[in-house]
Amino acid sequence: MHTDKPKHAFEPKIIAFVCTWCTYAGADLAGTSRMQYPANVRVLKFPCTGRIDPVFILKAFQQGADGVLVSGCHPGDCHYIAGNFHARRRFAAFRKLLEFVGVDLDRLQFSWVSAAEGGKWVEVVTDLTEKVRAMGPMTEFKELALEEQWSGAITTPELKEAYNSI
Amino acid sequence: MSRIGVFICHCGENISRTVDVERVAAQVGNMPGVAFATDYKYMCSDPGQTLLKKTIQEQKLSHVVVAACSPRMHEKTFRKAVESAGLNPFLCEMANIREHCSWVHENREEATVKAIEIVGMMVERVKKNRVLPAITVPVTKRSLVIGGGIAGIQAALDIADCGHEVILVEREPSIGGHMAQLSETFPTLDCSQCIMTPKMVDVANHPKIKLYTFSEIELVEGYIGNFQVTIKKKARSVDEDTCTGCGVCMTKCPQKKIPNKFDQNIGMRTAIYVPFPQAVPNTPVIDRDNCTWFKSGKCGVCQKVCGPGAVDFEQQDRLIVEAVGAIVVATGFDLYTIDEKPKGSPIKGYGEFGHGKIPDVIDGMTFERLASASGPTGGRILRPSDGKEPKQIVFIQCIGSRAREKGISYCSKVCCMYTAKHTMLYHHKVHDGQAYVFFMDARTPGKSYDEFWRRSIEEEEAVYIRGMVSRLYQKGDKIVVMGSDIAVGVQVEIEADMVVLATAVMPQKGADTLAQKLGISYDKYHFYSEAHAKLRPVECATAGIYLAGACQGPKDIPETVSQASAAAAKVMTLFSKDKMEREPIVARVREAGCVGCFACKKVCAYGAVEEKEIRDRQGNLIKVVAYVNPGVCGGCGTCQATCPSKSVELDGYTDEQIVAMIEAL
Repeated sequence: MHTDKPKHAFEPKIIAFVCTWCTYAGADLAGTSRMQYPANVRVLKFPCTGRIDPVFILKAFQQGADGVLVSGCHPGDCHYIAGNFHARRRFAAFRKLLEFVGVDLDRLQFSWVSAAEGGKWVEVVTDLTEKVRAMGPMTEFKELALEEQWSGAITTPELKEAYNSI
Repeated sequence: MSRIGVFICHCGENISRTVDVERVAAQVGNMPGVAFATDYKYMCSDPGQTLLKKTIQEQKLSHVVVAACSPRMHEKTFRKAVESAGLNPFLCEMANIREHCSWVHENREEATVKAIEIVGMMVERVKKNRVLPAITVPVTKRSLVIGGGIAGIQAALDIADCGHEVILVEREPSIGGHMAQLSETFPTLDCSQCIMTPKMVDVANHPKIKLYTFSEIELVEGYIGNFQVTIKKKARSVDEDTCTGCGVCMTKCPQKKIPNKFDQNIGMRTAIYVPFPQAVPNTPVIDRDNCTWFKSGKCGVCQKVCGPGAVDFEQQDRLIVEAVGAIVVATGFDLYTIDEKPKGSPIKGYGEFGHGKIPDVIDGMTFERLASASGPTGGRILRPSDGKEPKQIVFIQCIGSRAREKGISYCSKVCCMYTAKHTMLYHHKVHDGQAYVFFMDARTPGKSYDEFWRRSIEEEEAVYIRGMVSRLYQKGDKIVVMGSDIAVGVQVEIEADMVVLATAVMPQKGADTLAQKLGISYDKYHFYSEAHAKLRPVECATAGIYLAGACQGPKDIPETVSQASAAAAKVMTLFSKDKMEREPIVARVREAGCVGCFACKKVCAYGAVEEKEIRDRQGNLIKVVAYVNPGVCGGCGTCQATCPSKSVELDGYTDEQIVAMIEAL
């Protein structure tokens, strides 16, 4: 029936944080319209992009995500009046921070996808997947996570001292 | 230790075709905390739900994950089933493996792996779900209807007849909308005014309907059952209570040559005017942009002749706040204007049709006014340029509609029928005239519609030419219409006296602004989106707001009336109870951690965050913390993402739940 698609050397892991009213519904519409897109994306539903804490993005990278998508309602269309504006402001600052830390900002995409834009959802997800695929795996945070685990053993005298003083 | 039950749905073949559901069930069954996993053909069916309930009781399940369609489709169904089995509904989650997986991927292996991951993610999430008790809120049994066209009128009358108060808000000076402009209506050729005006009068006389005309929605606050709506009542310059509607002011007004919008600008009106004689309310309004008094401070004739002394030049815009429990949006449509590219719109104009440049190229609504007995020509079909009767008339269909390259891909639905009607009206009024119609397809689904269309050809002698027009130009006092007849495969050239364009039906201007005030979603054309295309066609995704008529998509009158009554029925369902349960997805403050910075208060769009004093037994103030009023909270969670000390949590979307999901990936 369906022929298997050509296998890629690297399948990136994409995590999408979306709001339930616009982008989640847009992704549902892509489904009901039987549009096709890469299977790399995992969707996490939030009531509003305003609920998305930047920590979740860091956590996602730490857990091995190679790309993160944050998507909500178009400016002015927020179901919760202004949550997407707060999100926009928060992530504008957060991007700067990520850049400072050394994360390639191409791995983090923000977009507005409305409930009627199934096609746009497919476009955004496909573009990000292909872009991240070309960039290769994101290793920095995974290494960092490993380091954290190492340091968790409290091996250095400074850490021991600090630990004892608590 | 949790005992999670996972139910994988085949959805007939919709899921099982691309996802190996048995493998998903087997894999998920081994996940920690999962006590039971199975797959079933239709989980949402009665036997499917019975299986779910029986298993919860037999297996003593603590949490449930149903892997099936989108939670937007069946979350309520399954939560209700879980509740009837004795579990808190919020201990049930859905994993979307249809819309987000089986329908969008073809590769079975990829889709199966993805489905397993999605289910695994929800299993980890559900472990952290807490019991959420229902929150009940009172319902204000008054309804707001926005728009006083046939949709708004029908909805308002239905709700009011049921005994509930209705506030009907109309932007124009009179209710009636586009239907009041029409001459006759298809497929029966009823006079539109004859069937419309009695309904308008019913609205005016109804003890339960409060009518605000010449008014607009300024602000909408609150939520289902408890909206606060601020209405701007624009200054009419005539006191509605004092005015008797005698109309002397209008006969004396010296400004008589102002194009009347109601007559598509081909008829004239005075500066103090009612848009049409049957207007409801029959209170005139002063058009301040054209009134001599407002322009130069002189004149004031209307004030002098007004017996009851109703004219008030000093009147100001007023803001009125009304509390309502439900809102019906019935703002209707507008016609696509040629050559005018709406601001910010991707839709392009139609230069080739000469509308606005050649005076005798008019749109369908203008033809309605010409054909209307109460119109500017008294019902005679006359050319706007020289007042002569057109002997050859060309109707062109699909102007704007179904033209993807121009930016509108939809069909406007009513034009085929109203053009057929126009050819008939023309034939009845100009016996020696000939009507031609350029059309792409004739779309006539509807009771007695196709018969009506055929009648226009077979009995009323309209000549239908399948093909589009490529060019129009003025030649002397004729308009040369060049087009193709693709049925015969020849070029056609007609020297017409008048051309009528069936322009596309579009949402009202400002539809997007209103949607933003209401917090409802709309598509790229600015038509409002219903909650579900098939099963919830009159409800918005935003609870407590309902749609009626052409604001949701092009519609004819019977359909509009049906939808309006349906919306009214939805409102009455809501009003059948004194209290309703709201989803307990609200923010809660952990007072121990709160430092009282009130960053949450600043970002809260609902004003739900209050300041709460914490005192010791002696009454000494210890600290001031935030408190979220659960009745007012919208449940967006912006406060939680903002709180620097992580002391506020949105039930149902806690950090714990979300981190668990991310960690599961």
